Amino acid sequence: MEAREIVFDFLGRYDVLGAFWTTVQLALLSAVGSLIWGTLLAAMRVGPVPLMRGFATAYVNIVRNIPLTVIILFSSLGLYQTLRVTLGAGDKVDTANFRLAVLGLIVYTAAFVCEAIRSGINTVPVGQAEAARAIGLSFTQVLRLVVLPQAFRAAVGPLANVLIALTKNTTVAAAIGVGEAALLMKEMVENEAQLLAISAVIAFGFCCLTLPTGLLLGWLGKKVAVRR
Amino acid sequence: MTELSVAKEDVAATDELVVLKSVNKHFGALHVLQDIDLTIARGEVVVVIGPSGSGKSTLCRTINRLETIDSGTITIDGKPLPAEGRELARLRADVGMVFQSFNLFAHKTVLENVMLGQVKVRRTDRKQAEEKARALLDRVGVGTQADKYPAQLSGGQQQRVAIARALAMGPKVMLFDEPTSALDPEMINEVLEVMQQLAREGMTMIVVTHEMGFARSAANRVVFMADGRIVEQAAPDQFFSNPRSDRAKDFLSKILHH
Repeated sequence: MEAREIVFDFLGRYDVLGAFWTTVQLALLSAVGSLIWGTLLAAMRVGPVPLMRGFATAYVNIVRNIPLTVIILFSSLGLYQTLRVTLGAGDKVDTANFRLAVLGLIVYTAAFVCEAIRSGINTVPVGQAEAARAIGLSFTQVLRLVVLPQAFRAAVGPLANVLIALTKNTTVAAAIGVGEAALLMKEMVENEAQLLAISAVIAFGFCCLTLPTGLLLGWLGKKVAVRR
Repeated sequence: MTELSVAKEDVAATDELVVLKSVNKHFGALHVLQDIDLTIARGEVVVVIGPSGSGKSTLCRTINRLETIDSGTITIDGKPLPAEGRELARLRADVGMVFQSFNLFAHKTVLENVMLGQVKVRRTDRKQAEEKARALLDRVGVGTQADKYPAQLSGGQQQRVAIARALAMGPKVMLFDEPTSALDPEMINEVLEVMQQLAREGMTMIVVTHEMGFARSAANRVVFMADGRIVEQAAPDQFFSNPRSDRAKDFLSKILHH
């Protein structure tokens, strides 16, 4: 046997690709959800209604200061086991845990998305919104048609950071038993001797997900940048 | 020419388009607008001049409520200025505004800039909106730039697009807030010419400016502001040749005698 086979032979006994596929699903669903919820939060934070502004500000400041592990554990122990919130999964524990993990990741990541978009909004000169109001657009139209499209373009860089962090944060879902890459790693560590190889494989897997994301969004950010 | 202006004044007396009554506004401790009474008739061109910090830009911006006022009333075409929401948006659509720094939508092409309000506020269909936009861009002399982005245009071209964008809404009155102050000297005239043409066509205009030449040639009336008050208003000839107030005399002596 060659050295390569001795070191990596154990991989055949595990569904590494399947685990990373779960990671990808967690990351994508949470990304879409937190992008929507984070955008709404950002809209509230810059909006004219004091109650909404207060809510969004409080939300961001509370949520981003709670460890993600606590949020994920709460969604399982608090929502699922105590309040019986199953998010439509019924008796299927794995499905419920997956959905609760996505919920927890959305709740947490949205706070960072909100701040990334708000920093983007701050790059849009006040005159843009004034001109939009001056031609008779409503508050939501001003935001939707003029301010946010420019804000998103400026926020691509910061949002890429949030997305990369989110991809890595999906590993916290292992805490409530979602079968993604980190849970598989834990399982392999318990059963196999090649600890270095196991870490290397998982680390490599995450780099395969996050490096292209960063490069692609970096390129996109430059491409869509608004010239002033 | 004399007959024409007399005729205009006759109309002016009967048809008040923009009316400000005892308008007051503070910026913190600064009393920036003090008991402003001003009536602008349909078809009238009013130029507001005065030293920096006299409140003339603020006055202009209160008329479409980009600045709120503390007391007093503003009515446009007989209707009081709504406080917020849909009503206010509808009113703003009828009041065109041109800014010192152009404020063209940076992520949209020139053509899209002129179409946006028509499509989203007036609910005009895209084809008609595009036709009107192209016609307006031709009229202000930037028809060939329609597919470029604002940052690719010169300041003078951008400001002319901004005028076209405001005109596309079919406004009852146009507000100009120092439209040539951010322009290089050689571009000022191309913008002023468009404004002159608008004035000749009978558009109601309120123009805050430092261009005394424009005030002389295009205005029906000059309003002189200082320290948050309207100090003097008169026909341009009268104002420039024979100002009544000391404040205006002082101001004119500083800008007219080099």
